[in-house]
Amino acid sequence: MKSLKHCIAAALLAGTSSMAQAADLEVTHWWTSGGEAAAVKVLADNFNKTGHNWKDSAIAGGGNARPVIISRISGGDPMGATQLNSGRDAEELVQAGFMTDLTELSEKEGWKDIVRPSKLLDSCTYEGKIFCVPVNIHSFQWMWLNRSVFTDNGMEVPKSWDEMTAMQDKLKEKNIIPLALGGEPWQISGLAGVLTVALGGVELHTKINVEKSVEAAESEIMTRVFEALGNARSMVDPGNVGRAWNTATNMVITGKAASQIMGDWAQGEFAVAGQVAGKDYDCLPGLGINPVLDTGGDSFFFPKPKGDNAEETVKAQLAMASMLMSKQVQVDFNLKKGSLPIRGDIDMSAANDCMQKGIKILEKPENILPSSEQVWSPDTQGQFEDLWVEFFSSPEMKVADAQARFVNIIKTAD
Amino acid sequence: MATDARPNTLFRNLNAKLAALPMILCTMLIFVGCSLWTIIYSFTSSKALPVEKFVGFAQYERLFNTSRWVQSVENIMIYGIVALIFSFVVGFILAAFLDQKIRFENTFRTIFLYPFALSFIVTGVVWQWILDPSLGLQETMRNLGWENFTFDLISGKDTVIYALLMAGLWQGTGFVMVLMLAGLRGIDDDIWKAVRIEGIPKWKTYIVVVIPMMRGVLITTLVIVSAGIVKLYDLVVALTNGGPGLSSEVPAKYVYDFMFSRANIGQGLAASTVMLATVFIILIPWIYLEYGNKGKK
Repeated sequence: MKSLKHCIAAALLAGTSSMAQAADLEVTHWWTSGGEAAAVKVLADNFNKTGHNWKDSAIAGGGNARPVIISRISGGDPMGATQLNSGRDAEELVQAGFMTDLTELSEKEGWKDIVRPSKLLDSCTYEGKIFCVPVNIHSFQWMWLNRSVFTDNGMEVPKSWDEMTAMQDKLKEKNIIPLALGGEPWQISGLAGVLTVALGGVELHTKINVEKSVEAAESEIMTRVFEALGNARSMVDPGNVGRAWNTATNMVITGKAASQIMGDWAQGEFAVAGQVAGKDYDCLPGLGINPVLDTGGDSFFFPKPKGDNAEETVKAQLAMASMLMSKQVQVDFNLKKGSLPIRGDIDMSAANDCMQKGIKILEKPENILPSSEQVWSPDTQGQFEDLWVEFFSSPEMKVADAQARFVNIIKTAD
Repeated sequence: MATDARPNTLFRNLNAKLAALPMILCTMLIFVGCSLWTIIYSFTSSKALPVEKFVGFAQYERLFNTSRWVQSVENIMIYGIVALIFSFVVGFILAAFLDQKIRFENTFRTIFLYPFALSFIVTGVVWQWILDPSLGLQETMRNLGWENFTFDLISGKDTVIYALLMAGLWQGTGFVMVLMLAGLRGIDDDIWKAVRIEGIPKWKTYIVVVIPMMRGVLITTLVIVSAGIVKLYDLVVALTNGGPGLSSEVPAKYVYDFMFSRANIGQGLAASTVMLATVFIILIPWIYLEYGNKGKK
């Protein structure tokens, strides 16, 4: 009996010591769609080149993954590294001291000077120390168009939202759905948000979503946003109930629909379908009216390891952080993911037309929307969502009534 | 001896009472305790975490001023009434047919009961595909040549509730049928023989003799089906996610959304308290009718 125990212990020791040389790093993320999985592979391959071992642990769906990741870290079973959204996802975990400090590495490599826009690194910073690596930038303010739908039917490819709305009747005659839209509430409220930015620009967005200005909510330009959303009702097909965003993107890819308003993550789907930007599909940042973008995206966090191999794991973590920030990985990863890189000093000439447009917009700081995630409580956000969804699906609801409710939500927001 | 003349009733059947104690404690603690907690905190302004800041009826005021809640209540009433009537009528008729000692009874029973083995999520997704006008039945029929065939319950604001009903009944009717069948099998053969001698037609026998005798089964079925209706949630999430717009929202979804994704516990609890109160309003008169007269019988 005793010898058996020894045997097991020896086997375990042998197992762990072989790992000690090249640490296994378990990486959790929720990148599971076609384009996303291809992007993850870039990271994994590059990490394995550093002599360590990437242990993939994907959890489908951000809504499912986030609670799992957070409870594993706070419950004492940390993974080696994890994806989370940039912003406030991990705020409390950082404050509670669960994350590996990356400050030394970041100073050595000068992250402060290369990360652009700088607010991405700010959201990784707590009390002057750096705890995460931003890897990409995603923005919602894009419209995607299937070019051949227009050219095959003798139409110009529209260059703005207004031109697009003017063409909807012609498209419908040809049995093409002008605007592909999914029925999930976030897609409809996202559409409303994009229209707000497109018609009102950074100014209106800032006044409403940062300063909570009641006058801006009552303003005439906001009325036009409501009207524009009301007009969009006639552009969608009746089958949109419960449709997922990538199903809607697929309708554009196959030419069943002419356009979709969706974040740049949609571009990954075009890429997987083998479509080429500028040739098969086109994109209009800010709907071709106000080309401004927000800068959401993903970051990697490195929970402090537990157990005997802690030192080795930290080494692997630092190696991965450095790899994520490196020029080549930033280029390769973002090309696959369809997102924009977080550093401005790299050669993105391999990027397609749409990404080039995005990169150009980000070069000017005044084109970047101020972040608004801390302004509204989830309750208020939910009220906005209900209002947009109800308004969009009720043609009998008057613009004035809807706007009055909008103003009221802002007035009573906590 | 005088002492064992009348034993204390509290200790009568002591073993049985001891055995029931854990169950009683569970019920008191979990059901009654949590219900009370729910009601108390529905009067607070709790957001992400429960706090003892009482605000009177403010949460209820907001609740009944929210068009989404009003719509939810309306939907569950339509759904509840239609689902009850339909599943009882159709379930009973199917059971009566199966009770005619037909051949392949097992096969039919399995077919009718099969949907019940699926989870509501699966049912919802399947029916979403069938009902999606650009993908399902409508498109199929149009491709087959009926160009004007229209079947788009799911995309109309006023018709989507019937899409929910269709899926819900497809799943639930078979179960009602099986319960009813069990009830019918419980009717003594002698009664059928007696009725035949009297020369009463079969349909009349069912209505006048058999149904009153099935009271117990009917009530059990009613309770099971009603409980399913009140907590209707997963089918909606899978089939329509409350859409188009807010036109297929239901109360349970309202409660879930406010408690978990919108961090407004007070509002969610107020909604669930209203649900609880509604159930009691329906239950209490029935309990009186059912058990109040027991002594006289």
